[in-house]
Amino acid sequence: MLRTRVIPAMLLRNESLVKTIRFGKFTYVGDPCNTLRIFNELEVDELLFLDITATPEKRLPNLKILADIADECFMPLGYGGGIHTVDHAKSIFDIGFEKVAINSYATEHPEFVSELAKHYGNQAVIASIDVKKGLFGKKIVYTCSGRHRTQLEPVAWAKELESRGAGEILLTSIDREGTWEGFDLELVKSVTDAVSIPVIAHGGAGSVQDIGEVVKQAGASAVALGSMVVFQKQGMGVLVNFPDQKKLEKVLG
Amino acid sequence: MITIVNYGMGNLGSILNMFKRIGVQACVTSELASIQSAEKILLPGVGAFDAAMERINSSGLRQVLEHKAMVERVPVLGICLGMQLLTRGSEEGTLSGLGWIDADTRRFPAQKGIKVPHMGWNIALPSNQSLLIRNLPEEPRFYFVHSYYVTVDDPAHSIMRTTHGVSFDSAVQNGNIYGAQFHPEKSHKFGMQLLKNFAEV
Repeated sequence: MLRTRVIPAMLLRNESLVKTIRFGKFTYVGDPCNTLRIFNELEVDELLFLDITATPEKRLPNLKILADIADECFMPLGYGGGIHTVDHAKSIFDIGFEKVAINSYATEHPEFVSELAKHYGNQAVIASIDVKKGLFGKKIVYTCSGRHRTQLEPVAWAKELESRGAGEILLTSIDREGTWEGFDLELVKSVTDAVSIPVIAHGGAGSVQDIGEVVKQAGASAVALGSMVVFQKQGMGVLVNFPDQKKLEKVLG
Repeated sequence: MITIVNYGMGNLGSILNMFKRIGVQACVTSELASIQSAEKILLPGVGAFDAAMERINSSGLRQVLEHKAMVERVPVLGICLGMQLLTRGSEEGTLSGLGWIDADTRRFPAQKGIKVPHMGWNIALPSNQSLLIRNLPEEPRFYFVHSYYVTVDDPAHSIMRTTHGVSFDSAVQNGNIYGAQFHPEKSHKFGMQLLKNFAEV
């Protein structure tokens, strides 16, 4: 049996790890290398690093910090933030990452997703979609770390990204991110019903039960965790941790 | 010293990193001369079967590898696509493989609830004894990413099996030829032990 991947999603602000709430209100979490050494010890399934300030600050991926990360990691690694050429992706793969996540740039140049998939295979390309509810409850895709509102509707956009060659979708609910309130099950289900590639649900996880729900009720193939794995509890201090494997098996099994 | 063959397909940084971590000397090369003097060969690979075989066939690498594997009989470990290349051929392409193991590479059949690629952590259970898989920690699990799987003719050549819709050979051995479908370099302590074992065979 393939186990459901539970993936710490680490937010980089250039060289520091941070955690946000609804894409704002930064809290400093620590040094990426120290943190991932702990995740190594905990034998987590996979790690995802997202540099959330690369695109807003028009920065390229920070290859130095990514190389330091890859040196320490013996699990699958993904990176997103500021990638808009095949060369950026190549340098990241050469360092030892096997997936890149594309978000803002794909909305302007969807053909870039196909280009990457052609070069490196679909499995290497994560299409990342950030979604926020509008005034009347309509869910809309945002880019540039939540700063820019597009005209795209999440389900249609996910289908397009799949047809362009994305190997999986990282679906983030901006409204739930950092809130510990649970996943937006409706949003996740609407996307998992529409595509056949794996969907990684992200935004809102507050408990092992939330993880079970989004997998069982909303059809997520994998789950990304933020606050839950870097804070002791909601509103409390930094403590790098990972849910107990037995508890996970219970809700996922 | 383990020679990691760079034929332009795949992610070599992380394999080197893991060898470094377990204190095993390894180098990455595409030079035929260094491969000719290799003591042990690791054949990595991510990508399409035909693209990989074309590169191996057109670069003169094939003759060198065949001599090392079949005449000198140095230990060879194929990882992921590198393992599939050891077979006679793949449903993914039209070119023949290296054929060092009597086995075929097939596509996962479409089945409800079974996603292809097979991507993530899965269990690999020993099917035969082999130096490659000794002393693995309990409940060995490994990280897989593949859409095609290997099936050997002779069950004696299977050393680990995994189930994803179908049951397939996730690690194989035929004498000095070894293969692992998963990525040991991405599989924590399980992969470290396997690569350590390969360094010691």
